[in-house]
Amino acid sequence: MYDGPFFTDDHRAFAATLRRFVDRDLTPHVAAWDEAEAFPREVYGQAAALGLLGLGFPEDCGGTPGDPFLKLVAAAELARAGSGGLAAGLGSHGIALPPIVGLGEPDQIARLVPPVLRGEVIAALAVTEPGGGSDVAHLRTTATRDGDDYVVHGEKTFITSGLRADLLTVAVRTGGSGAEGLTLLAVEGQPAGLTRSPLKKMGWWCSDTAHLHFDGVRVPVANRIGPEGAGFLGLMLDFNGERLGLATMAWAFAEVCFADALAWAQLRETFGRPLIHRQVIRHLLVDLRMDIDAVRATVERLAWRVGQGERPVAEVCMAKNLATRTLEHVAGACVQVLGGAGYMRGGRVERIFRESKVLSIGGGASEVLKDLAAKQLGW
Amino acid sequence: MKILVSAKRVSDPNARLHVAADGRWVEGDVEYILNPFCENAIEGALQLAEAHEGTETVVVGIGDEDTARFLRQGALARGIDRALLVNADEAAIDSDLIARIYAAVVAKEEPDIVLLGKQAVDCDSNQVAQLLAEYLGWPQATFASKIEVVGSEVRVTREVDGGLEVLGLTLPCVISADLRLNEPRYASLTGIMKAKKKPLDELELDDLGLGAATPKVRVVAMSTPPGRVAGVMVKDVDELILKLRTEARAI
Ligand SMILES: Cc1cc2nc3c(=O)[nH]c(=O)nc-3n(C[C@H](O)[C@H](O)[C@H](O)COP(=O)(O)OP(=O)(O)OC[C@H]3O[C@@H](n4cnc5c(N)ncnc54)[C@H](O)[C@@H]3O)c2cc1C
Repeated sequence: MYDGPFFTDDHRAFAATLRRFVDRDLTPHVAAWDEAEAFPREVYGQAAALGLLGLGFPEDCGGTPGDPFLKLVAAAELARAGSGGLAAGLGSHGIALPPIVGLGEPDQIARLVPPVLRGEVIAALAVTEPGGGSDVAHLRTTATRDGDDYVVHGEKTFITSGLRADLLTVAVRTGGSGAEGLTLLAVEGQPAGLTRSPLKKMGWWCSDTAHLHFDGVRVPVANRIGPEGAGFLGLMLDFNGERLGLATMAWAFAEVCFADALAWAQLRETFGRPLIHRQVIRHLLVDLRMDIDAVRATVERLAWRVGQGERPVAEVCMAKNLATRTLEHVAGACVQVLGGAGYMRGGRVERIFRESKVLSIGGGASEVLKDLAAKQLGW
Repeated sequence: MKILVSAKRVSDPNARLHVAADGRWVEGDVEYILNPFCENAIEGALQLAEAHEGTETVVVGIGDEDTARFLRQGALARGIDRALLVNADEAAIDSDLIARIYAAVVAKEEPDIVLLGKQAVDCDSNQVAQLLAEYLGWPQATFASKIEVVGSEVRVTREVDGGLEVLGLTLPCVISADLRLNEPRYASLTGIMKAKKKPLDELELDDLGLGAATPKVRVVAMSTPPGRVAGVMVKDVDELILKLRTEARAI
């Protein structure tokens, strides 16, 4: 089990719970869910009962606050199921709720958040548009005031859990151009004028990803999260958390690929000897181990700093890039070690390999994060 | 109602054990888990407590601070109300002494039901519940696959050869849990956090009047199974039959 100097009995106990849950309730079904491009809604309820959905959210809205290492433990154990799609789908509230918790009025938080953390309501964040994802400040979906409602027109795309979401945190333009014109709205249920269409993807198959079309969708003003113009700030609140989360996920999936490749190399015999005895393979595995350890050390150090109350923005950007780049090459190398078996659908390494690219794109693409890091470092 | 349950740590059945130099115990980097049958007992107690308001659940473990970890994370984190740890060297106690320790704890706690795992999967002795019932003079039902409290009686279903047997026991009583009793719940993160604040009291054998208690059974020797020998190729079916008959004595 994943362990180290930062870990206490709480972490180990939570890891043990998750390990059992993953082995018993997730792993046996993951390949079928991926092929079916969906996992059952009940999984949200199961994950909620363990405290997985509420991890890191305040107690008064049904969450369980905890130190950042609990999130590392959760990522590491969940990754063992070998499906980033499952992790992304189960975790879509992790990006949808923080703006509500951060900017919302107490009554909005009390009404919207607890059902999500109980696994009864699926939440998604809708920011990206066909016109652009990286340039959040220039998004074009509009919301115009009409009496007690806003009327929303526009498109959102690549939205994780967008098909099934009962609660959408949507970034809209209520004011002029630029970041100051952005506002967040909580869109509940299936309002008239909202159409959702599924998108097919390279990986993350069991996570639904949707294109959303807003054609005069009416949203009560009471569902505005924070004041008009505070949308960009609301999104920013948790970008750092999301990026560290994605770095953690990339590290955790690299560990899984490595574990499978190592086990295979020890078992598989070619030309009369196990692969692990071949210098090319053993040196490759040592190189991968070194790379993964560097990512782990980086992620743990940042988790520790976040736990101390720091907000290391540039370092988190760089950590996400380091982790996702490492996952891309680790996953590729591990498919190679597995040979043809690594190319066959249904195994963890094959799936993770297909899923590795998305982590370098979503939650801030590598190029954009490099620029942000440079800016933050004052260059 | 008050229910006392057991929580014993056992070496992970998947772990590779090494016999210590004196040949009497195992040593090394042993990974422990909570005895699966104790998990059934804990779950059984929690379900009874949920069905009968005002029920108190108490978990009892025997061992050192590592056993305390299992009391917290395996029992309190799942919802058991409080824990008792009896400090003792696990390597120096046998089933009989465990039953006597439980009997002494029962005298202090006065529970209505003592629900134990039917056996611990390390030594597989399957004796404590039966011995305890004898020491207490209480009715017992072993290998429970269902437990219901009906009025002043406890109905216990047992899976016996070819069918089910339903026993009616008067309270107080001793029950041992089988795997089929239930599907143990997971310890949730919230449960794990709350468990840290629940009471865990420690008792010494002296407190229980068992200071000089000695086990009746002594482990004479432990050994690991013999290693597997390499397979042999046989020429034909006749040779195979001959070997099965003369060497393997399988036919
Ligand atoms: C599977 C999946 C799930 C997603 N889930 C969600 C979700 O739930 N909610 C949501 O809102 N969004 C979601 N997204 C969208 C994601 O956040 C965007 O894809 C991402 O922000 C990049 O935006 P883009 O795709 O529009 O690419 P663009 O912004 O068009 O960028 C294209 C490429 O150009 C690079 N680039 C952009 N600007 C610059 C620059 N100034 N200098 C140099 N290079 C630059 C980028 O790094 C990238 O490589 C998801 C995406 C995927 C693939």
